[in-house]
Amino acid sequence: MKLTLKIWRQAGPEAKGAIKTYQLDGVSEDMSFLEMLDLLNEQLVHQDEEPVAFDSDCREGICGMCSLMINGEAHGPEVTTTCQLHMRSFNDGDTITVEPWRSGSFPLIKDLIVDRSAFDRIIQSGGYISANTGSAPEANSVPAPRDKAMRAFNVATCIGCGACVAACPNGSASLFLGAKITHLGELPQGQPERYSRVVDMVGQHDHEGFGGCTNIGECAAACPKEIPLDVISQLNKDLRHALKSGH
Amino acid sequence: MAEGTHFLPGLSETNQAPVQTSDDAEGFYTLGEKIVDPKAPTGPIGERWTNRKFENRLVNPANRRKLSVIIVGTGLAGGAAAATLGEAGYHVKSFCYQDSPRRAHSIAAQGGINAAKNYKGDGDSTYRLFYDTVKGGDYRSRESNVYRLAEESVNIIDQCVAQGVPFAREYGGLLDNRSFGGVQVSRTFYARGQTGQQLLLGAYQAMERQIAAGTVEAFTRHEMLELIVAEGSDGKPRARGIIARDMVTGAIETHLADAVVLASGGYGNVFYLSTNAMGSNVTAAWRAHRKGAYMANPCYTQIHPTCIPVTGGHQSKLTLMSESLRNDGRIWVPKNVEDCAKDPREIPEEDRDFFLERIYPSFGNLVPRDIASRAAKYMCDEGRGVGPEVDEVQADGTTKKVRRGVYLDLTDAIARMGKHAVEEKYDNLLDMYERITGENPYEVPMRIYPAVHYVMGGLWVDYELQTNITGLFCAGEANFSDHGANRLGASALMQGLADGYFVLPNTIREYLADGPFEKIDEANPAVQEALGSVKDRVERFMSIKGTRSVESYHKELGTVMWEYCGMDRNEEGLKTAIEKIRALREDFWTNVKVLGSAESLNQDLEKAGRVADFLELGELMCIDALNRRESCGGHFRSESQTEDGEALRHDNEFAYVSAWEWGGDSNEGGQPVLHKEDLIYTAIEMKQRSYK
Repeated sequence: MKLTLKIWRQAGPEAKGAIKTYQLDGVSEDMSFLEMLDLLNEQLVHQDEEPVAFDSDCREGICGMCSLMINGEAHGPEVTTTCQLHMRSFNDGDTITVEPWRSGSFPLIKDLIVDRSAFDRIIQSGGYISANTGSAPEANSVPAPRDKAMRAFNVATCIGCGACVAACPNGSASLFLGAKITHLGELPQGQPERYSRVVDMVGQHDHEGFGGCTNIGECAAACPKEIPLDVISQLNKDLRHALKSGH
Repeated sequence: MAEGTHFLPGLSETNQAPVQTSDDAEGFYTLGEKIVDPKAPTGPIGERWTNRKFENRLVNPANRRKLSVIIVGTGLAGGAAAATLGEAGYHVKSFCYQDSPRRAHSIAAQGGINAAKNYKGDGDSTYRLFYDTVKGGDYRSRESNVYRLAEESVNIIDQCVAQGVPFAREYGGLLDNRSFGGVQVSRTFYARGQTGQQLLLGAYQAMERQIAAGTVEAFTRHEMLELIVAEGSDGKPRARGIIARDMVTGAIETHLADAVVLASGGYGNVFYLSTNAMGSNVTAAWRAHRKGAYMANPCYTQIHPTCIPVTGGHQSKLTLMSESLRNDGRIWVPKNVEDCAKDPREIPEEDRDFFLERIYPSFGNLVPRDIASRAAKYMCDEGRGVGPEVDEVQADGTTKKVRRGVYLDLTDAIARMGKHAVEEKYDNLLDMYERITGENPYEVPMRIYPAVHYVMGGLWVDYELQTNITGLFCAGEANFSDHGANRLGASALMQGLADGYFVLPNTIREYLADGPFEKIDEANPAVQEALGSVKDRVERFMSIKGTRSVESYHKELGTVMWEYCGMDRNEEGLKTAIEKIRALREDFWTNVKVLGSAESLNQDLEKAGRVADFLELGELMCIDALNRRESCGGHFRSESQTEDGEALRHDNEFAYVSAWEWGGDSNEGGQPVLHKEDLIYTAIEMKQRSYK
């Protein structure tokens, strides 16, 4: 395959960025999107041009490190992470535009790399169950209903990649937030802190500058792990209950 | 007890110290002093850890906040240790190269975590888990460590459930278990095919909670590039800190503490292609090794039999398919070479060779990982592999087209259980397979091939998880201690979390009880030396301005390692590899090309440092493999096999841990020094394994 790539290049947080166009030949349809960028980078190094900086680590769709807006869509045209997107989803001769995540709360570091540490700070504000090592009771002493445990697991599969924020016209992180609230709120172990958790996490979310949710649903459509939109309803329900009960 | 073994309390020795009589690595190393005291306790095996926890001194809670600990790595071992030490009140500084601690590669573990809970009432016990682990490791691990691991396994499950890890449950709401990796009891706890992710998020959340509490300071996008070993006024050298590079600004920073813990994972990426993450590397451990820490059993590599095969030269990593698939899938290749390019559905049953079932009738498709891997390789070597042809460089330098894949066929399982049941059991795995290969595994047999997955070798540690550098500890995959020559499935998560939550916090306090150690600052000569060497090295990478990309060196090293130090090793091949690696390293340091600037984010510069260290590690792995003229676990020397082609150990010669001391770059006349730690068992008897 032969491709035209339009890629956002920006030397640093303060530098001015621009889209740069590259021609790339010899792309195989078995390559992942990131292996295609690896190929481009080998070519750039050969031509003494600095390679394009982008994040990736596990390259098997689970670590959440990779990002990229591909033709305006978070993680590109398929429901998966960029590392699991393969070039067979594109055609010979295509022009592909590659940009970083777009969100004021994810400041740009270089080229296609952004700073997502706001997500860590949201977790710090309450995305955990307080259980010091060594203090745990026997694991089977508290049964957890299977359907609730399944729901908890399904939403706990969030990889924290930030696609939901990048896709949302409001730049809201409500899907990310709702996934954690629902995961911990569905388990018996998560009950004692359930309502203080939601208040604290929503507060941190807003403090980081993420936008509010207006039920557009782009987040769930872009989510590579298919976290359902109803976690946001759960988030709002828990928040309402928390505020009414004086948390 | 299995195979007629009776429970042994651990009071008398069951084997004699080994005496090595053959040595293929003569001339490549110097023999050093034996390690006589790994600080392992004696006495009845079931009381050793309990006694040690009691004997180790406590640190007064008021003193803990005056004591600081650096932890490099935020996977299961590092994340769990940071959370636990933070909760205890120590001041923890945590480092990771990723943008968030949640991304460490533990997250990719699929299958599950072992624990001797015996919830199924199928005869599991601490001793049985211990027994299986020592046997699975081919009697090359330290028994006291393994028993401790089995004891702590049950506490891990309690801890994780309390944190909200959503393990699979039965309809009654209790925890579910499955059997895994050829083990005959059901002791594996799991969260669908994403157990590692859920356990890591548990540790990550516990750690983030401590960041909020102010006990843990996190340094993300930071890479450790040097260890600081400083002498105190008592003349004793101690690990006192690290030099790290801020990967965003390029700043070279000094971080000091009372103790340093490396939990930086495994070095499988020395093979270039592996199931590891792109960034997984040996640098933290290797810099410590160059400062004097012994590297133990570096040649023990686990090759996982069920990965998605390579499709071409562009491949950047390999993806594991959980070996739980082997419970239901049947593995085969065509009997006739002419059939290899055909649609597998058109090959009749009588023309299929279910080779594992044929060679190992009692264990069949569930033979241990190393046996399954080697068998697949031999089938492909014979020319009966399937899938796309890929170019392979032969020993004589010519290129040959080879198909590297065997079928893992779910057809029978789908017929027996129904498509829905198969989906429920394996859905995310099969989706991932389809995404990567473009083939539907419900319709066409999957193709699999072995790939490097895990390393059992790592920094040498004593029973307290302390390296031979005082004050430097090592946990998780980065150390060598618990898996011997081969790790069982679902045991990596167990070891990482046991080390992080329960072992290290109980052993490091014995060391910290002597602290806080005298204050040191940037002016200290040891700090200046470390800082200078990092700056020089960065400067050197930037100034070579050669013609070859970092990536191309890494790929070439990987090809050499896979060819000569992979699934099947021999004297001639290993010696060839050592020669090739030396030449490649020489070339790297004169001809590598790193563009851009060192004062900003520079991924090629990061990678250059990692590849430089892999180029030294690779040679040591070959020397270690050369020295060990026996086959054990994941290390197969073709000179040491039974008439049936099975791995053959030589306990009387090689029942030791090889702990290697850095002796300088071999291109400048240096040679590693071998220190042996004899493995003496008291609670188990060594047996030659058989899976026929």
